[in-house]
Amino acid sequence: MSFFLQFTIDVLALGGAYALMALGLVIVYGILRLVNFAYGELIMVAGYSMYLTSGSGWPWLVMAAVAVLMAMLAGIATDYVAFRPVRAKSVTAVLITSFAFSTLLQNAALLFISPRPRNVPLPEIFSETVSFAGVITPARNLITIAATGVLLALFSWLMRRTVLGIAMRAAATNFTMARMLGVPANLIISSAFAISGLLAGVVAMLWIGRIGAVVPGIGLGPLLIAFIATVIGGMRSLQGAVLGGFVLAFIDTTLNFTLPQDLLKFRDAFTFSLVIAILLWRPEGLIKGPASGQRT
Amino acid sequence: MLEVAPMLEVAGLQVAYGAIQAVRDVSLTLAQGELVTLLGANGAGKSSTLMCIAGALPAAGGSVRLEGADVTSARPEVMARKGVATVPETRDVFPDLTVDENLQLGAYTRRRDTQGVAEDRARMFEMFPLLAERSGQPAGTLSGGEQQMLVIARAMMSRPRVLLLDEPSLGLAPTIVDQIFEMIAALKRSGLTILLVEQNASKALAVADRAYVMRLGRIAAEGTAAEIAAATDLKALYLAG
Repeated sequence: MSFFLQFTIDVLALGGAYALMALGLVIVYGILRLVNFAYGELIMVAGYSMYLTSGSGWPWLVMAAVAVLMAMLAGIATDYVAFRPVRAKSVTAVLITSFAFSTLLQNAALLFISPRPRNVPLPEIFSETVSFAGVITPARNLITIAATGVLLALFSWLMRRTVLGIAMRAAATNFTMARMLGVPANLIISSAFAISGLLAGVVAMLWIGRIGAVVPGIGLGPLLIAFIATVIGGMRSLQGAVLGGFVLAFIDTTLNFTLPQDLLKFRDAFTFSLVIAILLWRPEGLIKGPASGQRT
Repeated sequence: MLEVAPMLEVAGLQVAYGAIQAVRDVSLTLAQGELVTLLGANGAGKSSTLMCIAGALPAAGGSVRLEGADVTSARPEVMARKGVATVPETRDVFPDLTVDENLQLGAYTRRRDTQGVAEDRARMFEMFPLLAERSGQPAGTLSGGEQQMLVIARAMMSRPRVLLLDEPSLGLAPTIVDQIFEMIAALKRSGLTILLVEQNASKALAVADRAYVMRLGRIAAEGTAAEIAAATDLKALYLAG
């Protein structure tokens, strides 16, 4: 019983972080049909924002809020710098500009801060452990689960109950028709990037909470995880991204518990084999998402 | 004497897809409250003309004026804000949004007027009881006819001044087609200016004031609905297109 509880907490905590990463990627993909390769750098921006404000003496929550805000601003900047000028031109152009923006941000961090890890302040509670019902778990796992719950509820409310959210869902299926109803394209796209940045910022807090430090390449792992999770779940579907995150976490956690010690370092190979198996079974991902949808 | 600018005036319009010119030189006018139909065979350039007026396709030449103001190649969201509602031929409901959410988006340009929007929503549900029954259902689950009604109802939610209707009868059963045309006639009676693109010439001419016939990207004939209906070369215009 306590093993089962332990396992569930591990899956939910890891899956929550994965789901938020995937959601941040798919919200932009759904509307633009383009993967934002600079997504990982939004996490990096939030991390360095924490590092740079660490001497300020602000309470941790204020620093975290500033960091999330910086990630949102960096998200909107991605739209203005990498997407908007070339959006109408070609897919290839946007792919290259988003890679370029990603490289630019990483190199700025290398050049102006340092290639070496920088410590990020964390509140006490992130390193504490909690024990209940025979289970011992880091408190940050419970924080991650709570943060995921709150953000998913907020996100779902935004997408279902607000005009902006409904317009974003409409734009994801048929952008031109949404525009012909008066929904401004730029507002929708900038909102998608801002939400993407918000999710990346929160993910950064949770992710860096595991490591305690930030490096220029910190975004690569989350970007890859988000990408795989959305591919498993279905690239066109918001629910799919969340499901994909949890499925990926379930696979990872199961392998952690079951693989013998000397095979554990090959865990990713096992994970990806399972991902390939899932894709052979459901090439479009677990949830197909809306039928129509052309690039804009 | 003060001359009143026509509601919609298109002059020398050209639309191109790469090297292919779909619309070569189209001029047409719609007076306030007029129902004008644009006829022609498949591929004559009718839909391209309409989508270009709506701002969904850029103009390669010529001009579009709305009550005298130049709106050539304006962005589609700008056209919607100026009171031009478009119902494209692809019958674009948002399939995973509910019927109610589709209607709500139709009122995007006047979303602050919550009371007016609620009234219009109630009116649409009164006019289309079928939609009221399915208001919580995803629009993708509706039948073709119901989707067409939803798309027209959604366009009306913006309280437009001009309605651009592209092939509303396409692929629908004859009884539904009759209903749709009754609805178009009712919209005309309410004073709405309508540009109706149709392949079903006899149905369209029965409700229209005036008609234009397009062929190979140009206007081949124009006149009152009665004149066009009586013209013996109408069939020839179609077949040659």
